[in-house]
Amino acid sequence: MNEISQQLVNGLALGSVYALIAIGYTMVYGVLRFINFAHGDVFMLGSFAGFYLAPQIAKWFPLPSWGGWVAVMAATMIICAIIGIVIELLAYRPLRSRPKLTVLITAIGVSLLIQYTCQHQAFFGASQKAFPPLLPSGNFSLGGLSFNTTQFVVLGVTLVLLAALTFIVKKTRIGMAMRAVSHNSAAASLMGISNSFIISFTFGLGSALAGAGGILYGMTYTGIEPLMGVSVGLKAFVAAVLGGIGNLPGAALGGLLLGIVETYAGGMSGVSTYRDGIAFAILILILIFKPTGLLGSKQIEKV
Amino acid sequence: MSRILKDPRLLLLIAIVAAVITGLGADQMNLYYRGVIIDIGIAIILAVSLNLINGHTGQFSLGHAGFMSVGAYVSAMITLAAQKSMGAEVLAWMFLPALLVGGLVAALAGLLVGIPSLRLRGDYLAIVTLGFGEIIRVIFQNVEAAGGASGLSGIPRMTGLTWTFILAAIAVYVVGCLVNSTYGRGFIAVHDDEVAASSMGLNPTRYKVTAFVIGAFFAGIAGGLFAHHKTTINPQVFDFMKSFEVVVMVILGGMGRTGGVILAAIILTLAPEFLRAVAEYRMIIYALLIIFLMIARPQGLFHFGRKRKPLTH
Repeated sequence: MNEISQQLVNGLALGSVYALIAIGYTMVYGVLRFINFAHGDVFMLGSFAGFYLAPQIAKWFPLPSWGGWVAVMAATMIICAIIGIVIELLAYRPLRSRPKLTVLITAIGVSLLIQYTCQHQAFFGASQKAFPPLLPSGNFSLGGLSFNTTQFVVLGVTLVLLAALTFIVKKTRIGMAMRAVSHNSAAASLMGISNSFIISFTFGLGSALAGAGGILYGMTYTGIEPLMGVSVGLKAFVAAVLGGIGNLPGAALGGLLLGIVETYAGGMSGVSTYRDGIAFAILILILIFKPTGLLGSKQIEKV
Repeated sequence: MSRILKDPRLLLLIAIVAAVITGLGADQMNLYYRGVIIDIGIAIILAVSLNLINGHTGQFSLGHAGFMSVGAYVSAMITLAAQKSMGAEVLAWMFLPALLVGGLVAALAGLLVGIPSLRLRGDYLAIVTLGFGEIIRVIFQNVEAAGGASGLSGIPRMTGLTWTFILAAIAVYVVGCLVNSTYGRGFIAVHDDEVAASSMGLNPTRYKVTAFVIGAFFAGIAGGLFAHHKTTINPQVFDFMKSFEVVVMVILGGMGRTGGVILAAIILTLAPEFLRAVAEYRMIIYALLIIFLMIARPQGLFHFGRKRKPLTH
């Protein structure tokens, strides 16, 4: 019993990271209707931003400490937001009116460019790096489950960020504009909403969350490398489809579910070696049987 | 005269004769050059078959290496078993049947991928094919008979110039004739506008699945040739990057342009041999090339003038 519930905690921690990245996929899909393949790499850049920022920030705040951790998180999220906005500006904006497939291929190109540039010795190098500890370690139990500080913080931060995101999307003017662009971008621009600004904002917001996910991933798994965005990013995309692409609570739900399923499968003998295939099997099943995802609504294609 | 040259059957014959003649001289050829030329032939089969799916039919598959690996593993397992139980003279007769069975099993995998594609379009399909490719890889990694993560080694080296280029010529011929036939115009119709095609009475699902099955078949053949050329295969060889290399060939050549795609396959196979000095930048260059092409020349690098022949002769 104890092991099963402990796996649940591990699964939730992994699922939180998936959820934070999945939201970026879903938001971009909502406004632009395309899969931003490079999103997983923004997540990777977030991890490395944290890795390189931590020694700098340690000059002002002693690390590991709570204050230093907040500073690293904030700085990383800002950096990732800027990266996301720049990617959109340089690579996707010139293709705004082109077929979706063209944009998709470009996104794959951007993703590979980031991966292979970062792998080069001049940048991060291909080898794995140890993520520095940002928080004082500790263990405590809650309702019979024992957490370490990192797991607790990962879950807490994810919930706080999701709440903040829901507030932005539902209650603010810019969130209303985002929903309007997602619903009908042509009509939104006729109402005086700048599509370009909203798209930039969406990329910034999604990339900031991916950056936060990168830090949380680094804190949980400690080993980071330039290609880690590929599999984590793809699985987060699966999570977004599982929850219903374009649907924010769906992305969070899908992320958590996928994290839990993967963690349990990884613990089972006989299944564990197939762990990396599970996400794709889920993806194929969901696309065959319920393409709108768990929480998505059916869309009718107009000609 | 020009009419005769335009007859694809004649071109096929010429290509096969040329392949046989080059094959006869292959013994005197430098082993390194021969290897590179076989690589080119395999790349042509891969690119032309992916071109049927991604170019002519307008679907977007990122799983071509998955189909290739099915053909490679199946044919290699057949010849390895034949090598163990039978003599060398029987083995020579097993090569083509092994390739064929590899291609057929790959086609079956293509059917499996093609069926869900009837509900998916564009970027979803891209992800699903990528997922299928990864699943196939994970399966081979775990199957004992396929050698697990270390793969298969000691595969008899049977891929020669002659068979590689005969099969490449057949692949080009089949895809070319198919697309230019009355039936095959449906692929292009599905590519141009699926809704309009189905309202004209075509069945887009059938065309998509057909494209996947034929494309996967030739990818499997290419995989078989690859396995008997390199003599060792393992699951890591057929990863996403391998699929992406083929995608780059198709995009560079211009999607749906057979000539351009063949040219791109040749250039992209030769380029790494000449650019050994900057090998570490190869993928960076590929990525930049793709982004640049999509922004500046989405029709491909080797595309000049009109896209297609008109329907009337």
